[in-house]
Amino acid sequence: MMTQSPPSTTPLRVAVTGGTSGLGFALVEAFAARGDRVAFVARDAGRVARVAAAIAGSHGIVGDVAKKEDVHPVALQIGGALGGLDVLIHNASSLGPVPLALLADTDCEDFEAALATNVLGPFRLTKALLGLLAASARESRAEGRRAVVVNVTSDAAVAPYAGWGAYGASKAALAHMGRIWHEELAPHGIAVVAVDPGDMDTPLHAAAVPDDDPATLKRPRDSAREIVDRIDRERATLRTTDLDTRPPAPAGSVA
Amino acid sequence: MKAAAQPVQRPGDARLLAVDGAGRISHHPRSALADLLVPGDLVVANDAATLPASLAGRHLATGAAIEVRLAGRRSLAGDDVACFLAVVFGAGDWRTRTEDRPPPPPLSPGDTLALGPLTASVVRVVAAPRLVELRFAGSADTIRAGIARHGRPIQYAHVAAPLALWDVWTAIAAHAVAFEPPSAGFVLDWRLLDQLASRGVGFATLTHAAGLSSTGDSGLDARLPFDEPYHLPAATVAAVHTARERGDRVVAIGTTVARALEHAGAQAGGIRAGPGIATNRLGRSTPLRVVDVLVSGTHEPGSSHHELLRAFVGAATLDRIDAALESFAYRTHEFGDSVLVERAVAPRCAYAVPRSNLKTATLARRLGSVRTTLPA
Repeated sequence: MMTQSPPSTTPLRVAVTGGTSGLGFALVEAFAARGDRVAFVARDAGRVARVAAAIAGSHGIVGDVAKKEDVHPVALQIGGALGGLDVLIHNASSLGPVPLALLADTDCEDFEAALATNVLGPFRLTKALLGLLAASARESRAEGRRAVVVNVTSDAAVAPYAGWGAYGASKAALAHMGRIWHEELAPHGIAVVAVDPGDMDTPLHAAAVPDDDPATLKRPRDSAREIVDRIDRERATLRTTDLDTRPPAPAGSVA
Repeated sequence: MKAAAQPVQRPGDARLLAVDGAGRISHHPRSALADLLVPGDLVVANDAATLPASLAGRHLATGAAIEVRLAGRRSLAGDDVACFLAVVFGAGDWRTRTEDRPPPPPLSPGDTLALGPLTASVVRVVAAPRLVELRFAGSADTIRAGIARHGRPIQYAHVAAPLALWDVWTAIAAHAVAFEPPSAGFVLDWRLLDQLASRGVGFATLTHAAGLSSTGDSGLDARLPFDEPYHLPAATVAAVHTARERGDRVVAIGTTVARALEHAGAQAGGIRAGPGIATNRLGRSTPLRVVDVLVSGTHEPGSSHHELLRAFVGAATLDRIDAALESFAYRTHEFGDSVLVERAVAPRCAYAVPRSNLKTATLARRLGSVRTTLPA
């Protein structure tokens, strides 16, 4: 059985990886526009500074989620900047070989790069931020709210498109890892969900399919709005089985 | 006891010495911790993540190499990251025993310290030559980024390999406000949290900025622990209230949790949610108002952590604990073995609020069934 809580008026604390372009940038904009607190992560210091300056109230963090050594410093800065974490969005993605290549022509190093960004990075960052997410879930459990982790996946994770081997296989791994995370973390009040934003007019899509007409592609802002709505729904949906069954304590003092 | 020299949070052979409310000692694999808890118990852990609080750099006026160890802060507020209490050493690093480290060059208010990407100025010399108050230049985001990228975990000579942040963050690490790891929490992993839940044992957290365990200066060490800010979430306070009303035990994972809960419990009106600054020191004459059981590392007699145990047990029991830790070669320091100490059943202090200890009999049976006989 599921219960749906009314919308919260408390600002969310949201972290987005890959936040300086494409869907990530649109997500940072969308959350900031409604007054949520947003930290975003990206590799290029100059771009991070420009986006942080352009979007009032956002916190830019320089780091590469594919690098093991970067993950804890990034997690530390996310928690410090936001004072907690309610929503984590793994948006940063690597295509693997650019231009796209048949698997038979894919260099191992390019496949490894896709796995590092699309699978290991989200695994490590989720793990490093799990304490903050669980703390958020414990604090908001009484109001029937969950912490939410979003994995941005792709139809290439489901359908075997020729030429999309490294990307598709790594996104499939991300999606399945997310389903296992979800099972393991549900009792702790954390939902892990996958979203497929569709083919958007982004730098990643342009690198993958340079000949596509941008006018035929979805705008990142529209995908971002859908994802924000999905997060609000997931956050307010607490399974009855996730609830602590012990009755709440009355207010008062101990000593 | 021997120092645990490998940075492994949950070695397969980690041990747990348990003392029940009657003073009976038993020995267990630490992986069996959940078996020592009973339905209704409330486990409270410190979810502080550990800052890379060791910053290498230079004292600009003299050009001398220094190591700054951040050691205290006024609050846990995210934007309040400019001012820190800090211990400053001369050249060298953790490979030299703290007691053998050279002092920094003489420091004066206004001196500038260049610490990688960070610039700090000395605001005040709190205790010459080592203890100062620093102010970092820049925005909160810039200061956090500088500490995150340039800092290293504070460590000591008994662990030879350089520590990474993942070595010192507990499995539940959340807010990066601790200067050294709240290492009693190394006992926790997510499987244990699931075991607690399925046993009917509650779990809650607080955030407490665990401070330095040593400064290398006996005068300063005598002042440890420094004042430490903490935060009590409303959900944790509610769970503590429920446990108290039902006569269930509150189990503190670590001395920082005991210090914060007892500080909060000693305030007029009792324990309340929100921020606090622990200025208290637990010891022989401290009435325990909140905590029934302490899970902690093993500590050498004479340390403040060891003195804290006197709030839980009498001198004779503590002597027997020390002897057992010694004769069974328990490992000490942050990656060492653990103790679980239940406060003595009979009120030891006239000021203590008498409380029932309903679960003690159950625990005693549990401990008794696996008890190891000690040598005379």
